[in-house]
Amino acid sequence: MQKTVLIIGASHGGVTCAFALRKEGWTGKIVLLDADPELPYHRPPLSKTYLTDPEDADRKLLQTAESYGIADIDLRLGETVASINRRAKDVTLKTGEKITYDKLVLAVGARPLLPPLPGLSAHNNVFPMRSAADASDIRKALKDSENKQVVIIGGGYIGLETAASLHKAGAKVTVLERESRLLARVTTEVMSDFFQKLHSENGVDILTEKNVTAIENGQIKCADGSIYLADLVVVGVGIRVNVELAQAAGLNIENGIKVNAAAQTNDPDIYAVGDCTFHHNVHYDRFLRLESVQNAVDQAKVAAASICEKERVYDAIPWFWSDQYDVKLQIVGLSEGHTEAIVRTEADKVNCFSVWYFSGEKLLAVDAVNNGKAFVLGTKFIKGGQRIDKAKLANADEPFKPANLLKVSDT
Amino acid sequence: MKKITFITTDNETVTLEGSSGSVMELAVANNIKGIEGNCGGVCSCATCHVHVAPEFMKQVGKPGEIENDMLEFDDNVNEYSRLCCQINVADAPDGLVLKVAGEE
Ligand SMILES: Cc1cc2nc3c(=O)[nH]c(=O)nc-3n(C[C@H](O)[C@H](O)[C@H](O)COP(=O)(O)OP(=O)(O)OC[C@H]3O[C@@H](n4cnc5c(N)ncnc54)[C@H](O)[C@@H]3O)c2cc1C
Ligand code: FES
Repeated sequence: MQKTVLIIGASHGGVTCAFALRKEGWTGKIVLLDADPELPYHRPPLSKTYLTDPEDADRKLLQTAESYGIADIDLRLGETVASINRRAKDVTLKTGEKITYDKLVLAVGARPLLPPLPGLSAHNNVFPMRSAADASDIRKALKDSENKQVVIIGGGYIGLETAASLHKAGAKVTVLERESRLLARVTTEVMSDFFQKLHSENGVDILTEKNVTAIENGQIKCADGSIYLADLVVVGVGIRVNVELAQAAGLNIENGIKVNAAAQTNDPDIYAVGDCTFHHNVHYDRFLRLESVQNAVDQAKVAAASICEKERVYDAIPWFWSDQYDVKLQIVGLSEGHTEAIVRTEADKVNCFSVWYFSGEKLLAVDAVNNGKAFVLGTKFIKGGQRIDKAKLANADEPFKPANLLKVSDT
Repeated sequence: MKKITFITTDNETVTLEGSSGSVMELAVANNIKGIEGNCGGVCSCATCHVHVAPEFMKQVGKPGEIENDMLEFDDNVNEYSRLCCQINVADAPDGLVLKVAGEE
């Protein structure tokens, strides 16, 4: 009997896993399921170029329609898994159909968090930003709206990218952030200040300490009594991990589906990858959950190798990017817990700088703004664990070359 | 239709045909080993690094500024390096030969 790997979720994690299984030599069946009816696509462009592209622009597909057939992957779209039976080793779809598996991969990701605000569900021009359908709804609502007045609730990366893109597409955009600074949950003050300024300069209103309490007839009401008008509202206040299937099946859950270094859950026949996992990171020696393409892709490859009985551990250094206006932010590593941040500004270019986060001598992370060199060097230095000459790093007159930036004993 | 040949790090040679999109997309659609295109083609990941066969370098052209920044300190960079998400199939010379960058 041919063995079956069943993958739930056909996005960055699930699709990568399916193709990686073939690369690792899996000859059995691969069934790849997703509730989303769309051919699997890249999510990052949804809040970026997709909103500014001409209306008929294609989505960026993860793989062409033919690729699945060529790799003998049974892609079944528009199918929702309702439950997992670990004893029988099968899953039941919403339609009642059962599919058995030998190995199961949960690449179920996350869904947008919709806060329990009065008016939020009833108001028909309020959209989350997670799926291709969300992005096309937003694009259409903007086109149909008279005043093109947009309010974005939440100043995280997705909210800010959406703000920049909709502004470019002709909207008047206001961002309402509950915290005292943008990106408060994910980055440092230097970066928050930079993005606040960038958006203001581009004509997007960024308002902090705005706790939205209700949405009524196109009016967005805040706790401080202020009211904002919008014909279209985008909610970007974070996500909820899709843990319910795993939880109901009795898998260990802890801020996500808990997996080991091989991306395996506490059931040796069930793996989990991507946004839905709570996993250990060896470089930072702590458990974490990440929301990034890198994490989904790299963990998916580890899971595929493990399923093919190859020993592989997940030891990638996290990286991430965000594009807003003409600014490309690239992040490598995790800055949390840093004791020192060194800003290096390249003299000859506008908006070109990098922030280097250290804990003592150890480089933890780099935020690189329009500075691919800093991103690549930061990646190298974090991987190599070399010690950096901080005085030289901070001095923009010092050439930006690896040999020059490392402590002499480490070069 | 353009013919583009990829030589992978295992020295496998694959010739593909395409007419639109980026060279990275063509490679990913055909599972070329070593070309991942993780960022979807926006110069953010460098998982699409190739070495252009020298005789085609002039026609393909040098990397742009952002691309160059991503390549300069890459372990496998040389004077023929390009990120192939930045090369359009339509603009590529017919018969182009690309070597996937990486450890041999
Ligand atoms: C607008 C936007 C912009 C982003 N920009 C960036 C960026 O610039 N850089 C970056 O690194 N990351 C970015 N991200 C994050 C990145 O897209 C995610 O980290 C990535 O998609 C995670 O992939 P995943 O496969 O783990 O999960 P997901 O992409 O969440 O996919 C999970 C899939 O599982 C399916 N599913 C869930 N439950 C079931 C079920 N019961 N039955 C069937 N199917 C199910 C869902 O339909 C979904 O398609 C962005 C995300 C968004 C939304
Ligand atoms: S695909 Fe990411 S840089 Fe080319």
